[in-house]
Amino acid sequence: MAAIGPTEFTQGMARRKWRGRAFHGLCLLAVVMALGMLAVLLIYLVLQGWARVNWEFLTSFPSRHPEQAGIHSALLGSIYLVIIAGFVAFVLGVGAAIYLEEYAGRHWINRVIQVNISNLAGVPSIVYGLLGLEIFVRSLGLGKSLLAGGFTLGLLVLPIIIIAAEEAIKAVPSSVREGAYGLGATRWQTIWHLVLPQAFPGILTGMILASSRAIGETAPLIVVGALAFVPFTPDSPFSRFSALPIQIFNWTARPQAGFHEAAAAGIIVLLVVLLAMNAAAVILRNKFQSPPEG
Amino acid sequence: MQPSEPILQTKNLNVYYGAKRVVTDVTLDFVRNRITAIIGPSGCGKSTLLRCFNRMNDLIPSATITGQVLFEGQDLYAPDVDPTEIRYQIGMVFQRPNPFPKTIFDNVAFGPRINGFRGDLPELVEMSLRRTALWEEVKDRLKTSALALSGGQQQRLCIARALAVEPKVILMDEPCSSLDPIATLAVEDLMRELSQDYSIVIVTHNMQQAARVSDQTAFLMASQERIGELIEFGESRQIFTNPQDERTEAYITGRFG
Repeated sequence: MAAIGPTEFTQGMARRKWRGRAFHGLCLLAVVMALGMLAVLLIYLVLQGWARVNWEFLTSFPSRHPEQAGIHSALLGSIYLVIIAGFVAFVLGVGAAIYLEEYAGRHWINRVIQVNISNLAGVPSIVYGLLGLEIFVRSLGLGKSLLAGGFTLGLLVLPIIIIAAEEAIKAVPSSVREGAYGLGATRWQTIWHLVLPQAFPGILTGMILASSRAIGETAPLIVVGALAFVPFTPDSPFSRFSALPIQIFNWTARPQAGFHEAAAAGIIVLLVVLLAMNAAAVILRNKFQSPPEG
Repeated sequence: MQPSEPILQTKNLNVYYGAKRVVTDVTLDFVRNRITAIIGPSGCGKSTLLRCFNRMNDLIPSATITGQVLFEGQDLYAPDVDPTEIRYQIGMVFQRPNPFPKTIFDNVAFGPRINGFRGDLPELVEMSLRRTALWEEVKDRLKTSALALSGGQQQRLCIARALAVEPKVILMDEPCSSLDPIATLAVEDLMRELSQDYSIVIVTHNMQQAARVSDQTAFLMASQERIGELIEFGESRQIFTNPQDERTEAYITGRFG
């Protein structure tokens, strides 16, 4: 066998360096393109809609006169919907995740369930709308109400929360569980005092994703009967309702330029609401992640 | 109860993971207030055997046993025994320190709290920390995170945490394997102290450690089929100076393992 000398390793250094730089450049390009698109969208929105974003816009009901149209009822509708959906999905989702991770064994049926939950997250939202229409609006007799819309959105985001909560629970080291069991803790005590507190930041991240998804959904709400013209404040869970994406969609479909400005302003409000929700969740998460105070 | 009655006994104990037998036919008596070491090469089933004594193997769905494990004469695997009820009487210290991500105080207080302790909790915490010689080091920062302690301190905290529920037996699964020599020495001194009040079973693959701290030693070894079996059991002095079985001698003189 021929001796292997150092000369045999120095070949192609220039090419390797060039490739490294090229890869670096491609990644940078990807970032620029992705953020660039968003920047264009934002600039366009602000140019078109900024003038309309004011207190009057937030507190006015929709109108057939574009310059008087506001998003009061749609904004309130969206906030109520997210609260209802978030509550339903949080309770059911975290409960299901705890069951699947802590109680259910490694039986094959549980694996099938887990795979199918991931699949559910990919089901088109219109299908959830149809499900909500049949179950909540018709069978349970909730009518085309906020409650029916919130429950439908809750179902829609349920898989997201289950998956996030399962991952968070799975990430709690088994040594912590063993430590607790070794002291005579019951399963419930172990979950409540150790697993859930440690999993909470991860669950909260899932809640952020889920709420963001819920507040932007349009199709299932149309199916369960959201209105585009709600000239009153939704005052009970059984009230008819509108939502921001519905209102925006409706305005963009109108021919008058004034409505297009209103739509742009509506989108800005929607983005601000989203940002506020995410910021609140991040702050909460950091608060729970920080070690105990000294 | 006779003082000479063993605190823990196994009778013809076999442990299986699924259909595979991993420990075979172990019959052992553990004497009250003594330190018993279980030694043997990696994969001989030492830890598996140890985890039978507080039913920690129940957490592994496929693990089953045949034979008996008796704690003060009571069968731990009898159908009416709830594992959570025995686990606070038989404490456990793990291979890697596993303090909870809570304050030092809450770590020690966890066991008493979940077991419905009604007495003076701060006093119990102080007492437990004093017994592990940790009190002086941490008394001014009881409300800070236990995760900020050093590895050796964390392990002594885990021992204090186990002591706080007043167990009768303390199981230690290679408690020093992730500690430096000085921290190891501190834990070994502590074990000698504790053996006056507690019965201790320690699994270790460190033979010097077993020779230093234990009163009795059980030597386990895996067979060709990788099934762990008890080779020899006796007074540590005798096991380490005059082993009866040639496999024990080969192991303790460092010819394998």
